Amino acid sequence: MWKWLHPYAKAEVAYQLCYKLLPYFSWLSVITLAVGSVWGLAFAPADYQQGDSFRIIYFHVPTAILSMGAYTSMAICALIGMVWQIRNAELAVYAIAPVGAVYTFLALVTGAIWGKPMWGAWWVWDARLTSELILLFLYLGVIALYNAFEDRRTGARAASILAIVGVINVPIIHYSVEWWNTLHQGATITKFAKPSISTDMLWPLLLTIAGFMFVLAALTCLRLANQIILNDARRPWVKALVERELSSVSMSKASK
Amino acid sequence: MQFNSLSDFIAMGDYGAYVWSSVAIVFGALAWIVVDSVMLKSKTLKAIKQEQERAEKIRQAKQQNSV
Amino acid sequence: MNPRRKKRLFIILSSIGFIGAAVGFMLYALQQNIDLFYTPSEVLQGKQLSNGKVGEKPQIGQRLRIGGMVVDGSVVRSDKSLDVEFQVTDTGPKVTIKYTGILPDLFREGQGIVAQGVLIAADVVEASEVLAKHDEEYMPPELAEKLKGIKHVKPEY
Repeated sequence: MWKWLHPYAKAEVAYQLCYKLLPYFSWLSVITLAVGSVWGLAFAPADYQQGDSFRIIYFHVPTAILSMGAYTSMAICALIGMVWQIRNAELAVYAIAPVGAVYTFLALVTGAIWGKPMWGAWWVWDARLTSELILLFLYLGVIALYNAFEDRRTGARAASILAIVGVINVPIIHYSVEWWNTLHQGATITKFAKPSISTDMLWPLLLTIAGFMFVLAALTCLRLANQIILNDARRPWVKALVERELSSVSMSKASK
Repeated sequence: MQFNSLSDFIAMGDYGAYVWSSVAIVFGALAWIVVDSVMLKSKTLKAIKQEQERAEKIRQAKQQNSV
Repeated sequence: MNPRRKKRLFIILSSIGFIGAAVGFMLYALQQNIDLFYTPSEVLQGKQLSNGKVGEKPQIGQRLRIGGMVVDGSVVRSDKSLDVEFQVTDTGPKVTIKYTGILPDLFREGQGIVAQGVLIAADVVEASEVLAKHDEEYMPPELAEKLKGIKHVKPEY
């Protein structure tokens, strides 16, 4: 199905698509994040048990959900890249990984800050927290493997294998709270039932989740576009692009 | 608005330190990864340009040697 | 799909399957062995085993984790120090927990807690750590009062 597409045009089209989508994702992320955060921090009611400390949920839950969502998308890209040998999918693995790693880190840190006053501990070796920590190591492993080889192609393949194998961890994180006696409570919204959160608290949460999703999409576009031109560095279209972009940069500098 | 005054809002019912530090860390990290992703483009372009110039020099040197 | 791709997909999916199964078995085994978690009834009557028999009770001096609800009116704080004593329960039997230190903000009567410590008598645990557990429900105080009859108590230090 892809064969008829000219291999050079494919990368160029993907590159242009990235920059076409970027402004939409950027604006949507700014709007949803701003409205969701202000709503969650100032206008949503406090929780009956946790008071205002519960407002950390508006950052903890989105980063946690999307750390897993980003990993799943990364693994799907890796699978497509491995099986169908689609170069852009392989490049997307490396585009998503750093953003996913930052989200995982944020989920862990905000969780610790929330856990200290409520549970009474920054960290417990409970199944949910431990499996999320493993997710961070998986992301770092993917990034490290990608850069570990002289030949970029080999690195991408090694990183893809780790990304695919590591996807086992995602359902473990999700079901950890049901399979083990964890200190972490069960799922509030990611379940096949009515969310266990009152509606006026839920809306800002959905907004910040959307916000972090758009940030992930926008950053993936940006980073993927770079991976594409780096990968195609010797092709004429990239040469033309580099000339064009660098000369416009120097011209705008000169005009100042 | 759930808070009566700005100082109430900042205090966050005595959880201010926890709530605001997580807000700061989240937006700090987001800003860092956004800036890194944006800066990546000019870095990549320059790297490609350098690589191209190097390849050109090697090609020219080879040509001269062969002559 | 051409045979080469089919083969690659098969290899990848089957290796995920094998690794997944291996990890699953490992975790299942861990759950059986290392879980030192007891409820108050299990401390006093022994753990219910999967074959229907009643298992061994924890030995005095054993390190364990215990989880249950704080019994209403059982919390006794010392005036001079951070010593605190309270009872936890699940379905009936009560276990006394002794602890020295600051309790988490969510600690209150009726709240679910998890304590880590040493069993010093048949029904007394000296805890080195007390953690509060909460459920996945979030709601404003007014709603909680209406639904559950719980009044929001601001934690006191």
